[in-house]
Amino acid sequence: MTAVADPPRSRRRAGTGRLAAALVSPTLVVLGLVVAYPIVSAVRLAFYQRNDGVDPETGLLETGYRFVGIDNFADMVTGATAGRFLNALWNTTTFTVVGVAVEVVLGVLMALVMHHAFRGRALVRASILVPWAVPTAIAGLLWNWVFQADGVANDLLPGPAILWTTDGLQAWFAVIIADTWKTAPFIGLLVLAGLQVIPQEVYEAARLDGASPWRQFSSVTLPLVRPTLLVAVLFRILDTLRMFDLPYTLVGPGKDATDTVTVLAFEEAVRFGRYGPASAYAVFLFLYVAVVAFVFVRLLGADVVGARVGRNR
Amino acid sequence: MARQGLIGRIGIAAVLVLTASACGTDSGSRPTPPQAALDGVGPITLATGKDTSGNLQNQIDGWNSAHPDQRVSLIELPENADAQRQQMVQNAQTRSDTYAVLNLDVIWTAEFAANQWVVQLPEAEFPLDKLLPATVETGTYFNRLYAVPTNSDGGLLYYRKDLLDAAGLTPPKTWAELSAACAKVLPANPGTSCYAGQFEKYEGLTVNFSEAVNSAGGAVVGPDGKPTLDTEAARKGLEFLVNGVKSGEIPGKARTFKEEEGRRAFQAGELVFHRQWPYQYLKAAATDGSSAVAGKFAVAPLPGLTGPGSSTLGGHNLAVSAFAKNKKTALEFIKYLSSEEQQRANLEKSSQAPTWAALYDDPALTARFPYLPTLKQSILGAKRRPAVVKYQEVSTAIQNAVYDAMGGKGDVGGALTGLQARLSELTK
Repeated sequence: MTAVADPPRSRRRAGTGRLAAALVSPTLVVLGLVVAYPIVSAVRLAFYQRNDGVDPETGLLETGYRFVGIDNFADMVTGATAGRFLNALWNTTTFTVVGVAVEVVLGVLMALVMHHAFRGRALVRASILVPWAVPTAIAGLLWNWVFQADGVANDLLPGPAILWTTDGLQAWFAVIIADTWKTAPFIGLLVLAGLQVIPQEVYEAARLDGASPWRQFSSVTLPLVRPTLLVAVLFRILDTLRMFDLPYTLVGPGKDATDTVTVLAFEEAVRFGRYGPASAYAVFLFLYVAVVAFVFVRLLGADVVGARVGRNR
Repeated sequence: MARQGLIGRIGIAAVLVLTASACGTDSGSRPTPPQAALDGVGPITLATGKDTSGNLQNQIDGWNSAHPDQRVSLIELPENADAQRQQMVQNAQTRSDTYAVLNLDVIWTAEFAANQWVVQLPEAEFPLDKLLPATVETGTYFNRLYAVPTNSDGGLLYYRKDLLDAAGLTPPKTWAELSAACAKVLPANPGTSCYAGQFEKYEGLTVNFSEAVNSAGGAVVGPDGKPTLDTEAARKGLEFLVNGVKSGEIPGKARTFKEEEGRRAFQAGELVFHRQWPYQYLKAAATDGSSAVAGKFAVAPLPGLTGPGSSTLGGHNLAVSAFAKNKKTALEFIKYLSSEEQQRANLEKSSQAPTWAALYDDPALTARFPYLPTLKQSILGAKRRPAVVKYQEVSTAIQNAVYDAMGGKGDVGGALTGLQARLSELTK
């Protein structure tokens, strides 16, 4: 298969390579426009700040941007709003760790339930997937109603009304609950796909060896769905790290317990018109997500692009 | 082929030169902001928040039938004020001429004027002396008129007249009287709380906090544009809110109230006193079963520390986008909408508070809208929120400090010291 062993084929492959390059070039141009350009532009913007001096005579604002070096990044950790940023970073991280952990447990359970053959299976599958089909912003509004002072959640729970949508640990929990409701089905769906390719003979063999159901699950099912599960978890981690809609619509912006880094970036850009610091937040988050994904892939060997499929078979 | 190439190159060169010179004139004319002549006649648009009154299209139809060559089309933005502002700002940042007349919340004037997103308006062409002075002030920035007020808003104290009458009380003029009234009324009415306003962490909290500070005789930002929160009055104002939550006079769940949540609570009979805008009047008075307090409530001016309090001024102003083509038509259309005739019709159809002073004293109108005299008093004594360019940041800082203080995080003194420092930084 190597080029040296087969020169004529290699020449043909070079021609094919050029044709391939020509064929994918439109895609590359589109990717460049929608991926590369915004990233480069955001990184550039992160080193600029809007002039904000006010003319003392007319009250008019100065226009234009000035280069400020790494000031935007330095302000993130040392400026007036450093506390908010570190707090948001903490929220982003805890949402990810706790949320994804709970979702994995529930998602796997859902997959096991969906995998079992029993009457009404189609209905169970469909109903488990409904939350995942609801747009997140809408789900946030729905849960906002559930968690209102006189909402369903407080009606069902004993004791005095909990003010879920105010600031505090209860707000953090409200977001975790809504996020779990929303995305555990996603993990369930992917794991279900993984379960369905496990051959039945493996379980038969395990049973012949006298393995208990728990032993079957931990020694047969789990190792065999691991590749699928890891990809699902990675997707969820990347998703949760940039969580925005749920905290924003369910609890509202500006709450210490639930503000994430994306909420801060949105606030800086859209409410305050400070695109420089907003880009700095976004660039930081971009790098954070990239590092987490890299570490995850390296440590756990999540097979995202299907590179190892051939080798394993 | 060669000739075509040459022509092409000449063409490109010409374009480059033209662009360069265009850029030159542009940057050259930037620093001087002369009052540009408002000309251009033709079709325009009106960008406004969702028209909940249902009367705006009628008004526009009236204009269009009289000016077929200068038709106005309505662009409805979302109902949420932040979303409206966001769209208007983005429209301005891209220098789009899609929006001609902008319906601005009173707090946006400074930001839009300072960024030169709206043009200065000729004061002489508007009957400003016929409008409530406080409302006209909200349309000005650095003593220049940028927007004309078409509707106003002031806070009112809604109170349960039936409960107060039963206890032989008159509406409270001070916070102390308000507490005393609750102490008398509440024991006989379990399930009812004393007082609420808009205390969720959003613009409404800034309104309610400014109101408390003003009603204690202080100000959030002084006449020189510098914060004045290190005063005794500011302390008393914030204490009214913080101690209210602590003592339970303000129910804990009021910290989740925006306008609508509070309205539902008042209409369900859960509140004795409620600080709210005039729009609640007709809804709470509805006799279709949606309101448990219909016929049982009345309005009074807001109470204060030692006497009547003073409201925060709300309302909307119309401005002309700097990037609109037909500015003359836009100007004429604003004159039309702010005229006495249109404001009267709008009040009758939608109960929106007018800015035309005489309408508040019209017997026919006060008979239909019994709250008008109280509202006029509220608006006349109302204070505007800080007219600063970085208003959004100022408001967010206020919300952070006040929300935490009302939630029992830290003490009042510390919250005000921190807020004073943050606002000084934002207004320097």
